[in-house]
Amino acid sequence: MKETVGDETVDVRRAWRDSIGVVVATSTYGVSFGALAVASGLGVWQTCVLSLVMFTGGSQFAFVGIIGAGGLAAAPSAIASAALLGVRNIAYGMRMSPVIGRGAPRRLSAAHFTIDESTAVSLARFTARGRTIGFWATGVGIYLGWNLSTLVGALLGDVLGDPRAYGFDAAAAAAFLALLWPRLRSRQPIAVGVAAAVVATALTPVLMPGVPVLVAALVAIVVGWGNWLGRQTPEEPS
Amino acid sequence: MTLWTAVLIASAICVVFKALGYLIPPKVLEAPRVARIADLLTVALLAALVAVQTLGAGQSLHLDARVPALLVGAGLLLLRAPFIVVVVAAALTAAALRYVGWAT
Repeated sequence: MKETVGDETVDVRRAWRDSIGVVVATSTYGVSFGALAVASGLGVWQTCVLSLVMFTGGSQFAFVGIIGAGGLAAAPSAIASAALLGVRNIAYGMRMSPVIGRGAPRRLSAAHFTIDESTAVSLARFTARGRTIGFWATGVGIYLGWNLSTLVGALLGDVLGDPRAYGFDAAAAAAFLALLWPRLRSRQPIAVGVAAAVVATALTPVLMPGVPVLVAALVAIVVGWGNWLGRQTPEEPS
Repeated sequence: MTLWTAVLIASAICVVFKALGYLIPPKVLEAPRVARIADLLTVALLAALVAVQTLGAGQSLHLDARVPALLVGAGLLLLRAPFIVVVVAAALTAAALRYVGWAT
């Protein structure tokens, strides 16, 4: 057997193994999303539509979190927050595009499965086959598991009653923190995170629920534009 | 706006964004400023949501069982605990503190 073939076999095996691990882990927390969504005032079907159609965890949690805090009056902010958190999927799609290859039906379905996890598992592999398998196995696997567990969580949340008694409100905060955690690897994102949290907290008493989160997003644009506290990239004109 | 309308609009926008990534020429991402803002935007929104979800109650601020619950979650994240463990531990902390009446 040639060495390159062996490398590919190992890479493909890693792709499958990583996919299965990520699918199992992610699918379990679909239960917390389903329960939180129902606790925030969404119906079981509305909750399921978010997982079936929106299908991007950060945006889904943001949407139900803001509806839970501000009710229907906060809907525009909930939509805007979900959309802004979905912006990173544009970047993921751009990175996945060459891995996915040609053909409209294939690219269109790939777009729906383009999320944090499928992109991460795929791009961690180094052969074309490993990357392809990593993407599809993770994306499709999570789609099935996430939707199933969302339904279970929503039905469970529906029968439990007062969400605060079960600490669902604290679970939502912890979920956002856990989504944020892996991104806090260097000085710039840590500074942006702290500043955004302070801005959002300070504005909560004076603005409608949901709006403080949107204003806090401006911190990212200002810091990112000027690249404050960031590493200087040589190709960037200063 | 009904809640259904909001669910469908927000979902549609997210679907369009995902598709956009496959339509935009990859050159755009090579601009460091665009890539950086896209990354930091996620950080800022999630951090703001952590703060509001922990301290906010409608249009006011409340210190209650969510604060110790979040600290427990942060401690577990430091220990590299998986997502579901962090979320469940935070929920249990808040639920227990409320049950015994040490926090609201």
